[in-house]
Amino acid sequence: MGEAIAFYFIAACILGFAVLVVTTKDTVHSVLFLVLDFLFVAALYVLLSAQFLAVIQILVYAGGIVVLYLFVVMLVNLKRPAEAHSDPRRKTQWGFALSVAILVQLAIVATREYVRPAPALAAASAALPVTGNTEEVGWLLYTSYLIPFEIASMLLLVAMIGAIILAKREL
Amino acid sequence: MITPTHYMLLSAALFMIGVIGVMVRRNIIIIFMSIELILNAVNINLIAFSAELHNAVGQVFAIFVIAVAAAEAAVGLGIILAFYRNKETINIDEMNLMRW
Repeated sequence: MGEAIAFYFIAACILGFAVLVVTTKDTVHSVLFLVLDFLFVAALYVLLSAQFLAVIQILVYAGGIVVLYLFVVMLVNLKRPAEAHSDPRRKTQWGFALSVAILVQLAIVATREYVRPAPALAAASAALPVTGNTEEVGWLLYTSYLIPFEIASMLLLVAMIGAIILAKREL
Repeated sequence: MITPTHYMLLSAALFMIGVIGVMVRRNIIIIFMSIELILNAVNINLIAFSAELHNAVGQVFAIFVIAVAAAEAAVGLGIILAFYRNKETINIDEMNLMRW
């Protein structure tokens, strides 16, 4: 019962703030609603007993990425409203219609096609020699998923160098 | 009782809000934030199934998704700054030239 109340409250906050992020005119307000949205997603992770991911979500998203967004919003000093000019060929109604079609499709898949997984999958992490969320994730990350982990670190390095080169005033 | 279907519906709704943002808004910074919402919807799915199956692999993949999201935000915002310096706009309807 308590879990259901917590889930519906957090879900309502996530969706409400997401709508505000997309609809708000002022970009700074939009970024601040994005922070609140990320914090509620972190709360949802805690509800799903993924505490390590919740901390990562707060540190990386609400702490790092959002600061980057705020910096760009401050650096981009617009003389006229961002969305003053509109391409006459733009079809906004089609965008809405396609999005709703995607939601209907996903809802059908989620409610009708889901079957309970085989118990063999459920036993997979019982074989791990550690207990606790952070230990489990760390164990998997540094044994079975070591090469993807290293590739992810290379990706971040390349992205960092690319961002510095792109943002420099002259090449 | 909260089943994975509840989480999947929440994730689908969040995904749709992100898609609407990408398709309807013309401010490229808000389009980038909508992409972050979409990636968060994917993460919610991964972690809901990780909890359902008692298998931490879903959380490992969520970490990779977060790493890719951080890389995407850094490079994308660099491109926005470079573009703004040249054309003084962040409206995607005015981004219609490969070079000038």
